[in-house]
Amino acid sequence: MKMPGLNAMIGAFLIAVLLVIALVGLFWTPYDPMALSFTARLAPPSVDHLLGTDEFGRDVLSRIMVGARASIWIGTLTVGFATACGTAIGLLGGYSRGWIDRVVVALNNTLLAFPGILLALGLLAVFGANEYGIIFALGIAYTPSMARVVRVVVLSLREREFVEASRVMGNGALYTLLRHILPNCLAPITVLATSMFGWAILSESALSFLGLGVPPPAPTWGNMLAAGRPFIEQAVWLGLFPGLCIALTLLGINLLGDALRDRLDPRMRGTR
Amino acid sequence: MTRDRLIEVRDLSLKIGSTGATVVDKVSFDVAPGEIFGIVGESGSGKTLATRAIVSLLPPAISIAGGSVVYKGRDVLTMGNADLRALRGAEIGVVFQEPMTSLNPSMTVGRQLEEGLIVHTRLSAAERKSRILDMLGRVGIRDVENALAAYPHEFSGGMRQRIMLASVMLLKPALLIADEPTTALDAVVQREVMGLMVDLTRAEGTAVLLISHDLPMVARYTNRILVMEKGVAVEAGTTERILEAPRHPYTMKLLSSLPFRRQNRSFGPSAKTIVSVRELSVEYATRRSPFRKTKRKRALNAISIDIREGEVVALVGGSGSGKTTLGRTIAGLVAQREGAILFQGRSRDADWQQYRLNCQMVFQDPYSSLDPRMTTLALVEEALRLEPALDAQAKRARASETLQEVGIEATYVSRYPHELSGGQRQRVAIARAIVRRPKFLIADEPVSALDVTVRAQILDLFSRLQKRYGFSCLFISHDLGVVEQVADRVVVMQDGRVIEEGDRDTIFDSPKEPYTRQLLSAIPVLEQNDKGGVRLKWRLEN
Repeated sequence: MKMPGLNAMIGAFLIAVLLVIALVGLFWTPYDPMALSFTARLAPPSVDHLLGTDEFGRDVLSRIMVGARASIWIGTLTVGFATACGTAIGLLGGYSRGWIDRVVVALNNTLLAFPGILLALGLLAVFGANEYGIIFALGIAYTPSMARVVRVVVLSLREREFVEASRVMGNGALYTLLRHILPNCLAPITVLATSMFGWAILSESALSFLGLGVPPPAPTWGNMLAAGRPFIEQAVWLGLFPGLCIALTLLGINLLGDALRDRLDPRMRGTR
Repeated sequence: MTRDRLIEVRDLSLKIGSTGATVVDKVSFDVAPGEIFGIVGESGSGKTLATRAIVSLLPPAISIAGGSVVYKGRDVLTMGNADLRALRGAEIGVVFQEPMTSLNPSMTVGRQLEEGLIVHTRLSAAERKSRILDMLGRVGIRDVENALAAYPHEFSGGMRQRIMLASVMLLKPALLIADEPTTALDAVVQREVMGLMVDLTRAEGTAVLLISHDLPMVARYTNRILVMEKGVAVEAGTTERILEAPRHPYTMKLLSSLPFRRQNRSFGPSAKTIVSVRELSVEYATRRSPFRKTKRKRALNAISIDIREGEVVALVGGSGSGKTTLGRTIAGLVAQREGAILFQGRSRDADWQQYRLNCQMVFQDPYSSLDPRMTTLALVEEALRLEPALDAQAKRARASETLQEVGIEATYVSRYPHELSGGQRQRVAIARAIVRRPKFLIADEPVSALDVTVRAQILDLFSRLQKRYGFSCLFISHDLGVVEQVADRVVVMQDGRVIEEGDRDTIFDSPKEPYTRQLLSAIPVLEQNDKGGVRLKWRLEN
């Protein structure tokens, strides 16, 4: 077995730190993330408040720790939802071709024609602005991208001789799809899913910015970033630290995703 | 004796990187003006890299470790980029193997042909055009005016290779490097393109460096040959001497790997028919549009053939003859339109499960017919998935036993396809097809992607398995040499029809149809001598 590469280790480290922060945040934070303090408004980072305080005097570190949970939760479930639905739809369309495929493609293109955030806005208006509404809305908005990628990969895979070989062996369509086609789609799915994770966290912040995200005062990295915008000149730490958290998380996930893709592909494991 | 030399390669050595393995080791050869010189070797022999060095087109990972390449008195290896560009195309032309990818798909043929003339000559636009039209006519393109405005995808593989040849010969180079120029083409087209290339270069006085794995083909057109194995030039000499009195064991191995006719097997009138195809037709839509009537193309036209128990029937024909479609239709991969396919006297579709268990297939390309994410053992075991009589343990045992039988050692069973050589992959594919002990096997060009010596081994394996298990086989191939070795009976197809059918000796010794004779003219008749060599004789085309 090959040693995991440096990139994979950096990725794993970042994700591990993130998970630890989120877990600790569930039980303990330096301050109550909701506690207002008018004496310590917009305080810069100091020994008392390691990452400073916001315009209401709330401790930024505490809020980041609590917000980590919401951001991870929303990101993971959104990506999970979009990947599951998108892959299923892509497999169905790509493998069956014919009129089923045409319907799938038409629906997909219609959804893709809307900007994802606009679609999510509309869906949120229906489901209501809460955590699960956001997950559902963003999940639906991202499904077409995944479906499209998977469908194209399936279209080329189904012409490969090993798929025909499976048919000649007498295997049914479902078995062939799950045993031969799906595993060979994993590489593009992993790549897309990891970048989608980033989009999901950012879209959540965009929705928060529009007032449709997780409702305040509950913190998420996205709405903290959005709330820090008016104070960017006086209190740069308000936007800087949540932004840094998002960036490092995305970096970690992308590095880990690449490593995972290589790991899952026997061709990348090198010869023994 | 001093001979006039156009190009002289001395002790050329190539390595991977600056320290890695040696891929070409002290190879020397020279080509005289106007001569056709052949380099023969299997994949990995370094023949392509050695000739790439002549025009300094080595892949970045390969570096030159020593030696010299002298072209008309100048050392190519020390030349600057400007000099090299003047040399490539104008002095030394290259025709690559893949006509499908060596032309730019987004440029018209006319513009691609003009490119070289613009770079290397000072002809006016009108002169360029007349020269291009003249050359296209000479390579046998009909309707040359329209061809100029057409894109490469509008031409067949053979036509594209003609266009490629035209684009290279337009500049009247002194040397033409032809790297497997006809390997991707079927036998008849191969003959035509090679004939054309020899005629054209002879007329222009161009020397040809012909590189191929196909020893008889190279021997047919060359006077001198260099044989390469694993980066080493093992033998060089006149073509006749190398064929008739080979000195190096590798050359002998290459010669003994050439397919030859085996003893006849007789099938009495008692042999039962196992698969019977009746008046089978297949059509497919070529252009589908809501505004136009759907156009249909007939890929197969009223085909009737019978395959008896234990018999190997070869299906031969050029590309586009429908032989692959017929094989795939019988295998149940293509929906038939008219006609019937009977298995053991009953309609195939009446007892589909029974048929499916008894009809297996070996595909052409061992690189794409195995799922890259499954191990060797899992691949073979999967074929037993629907076998009701065996439990999991028995399935595994049967799979490993079969792998052993096809020559895959136990240490390989947990490997993935990319860790196997092409020959090993095809062995795995064969194991997968026979592990269920089918009564009928369809083999679609099972050896055409393989090297000569590997091909001989796989054909031996196939014959041995066929004798042992007695399955009937439909053997699809465009290579009549292979067919001559394995087939009991031969069916010749052209344009979706069966044009001639008969037992092997009849077809090979007294073919009736002109098309069959054309196919046969592409392969030599071998006469083995006692020195381990052969004499090649070519059948006349008409």
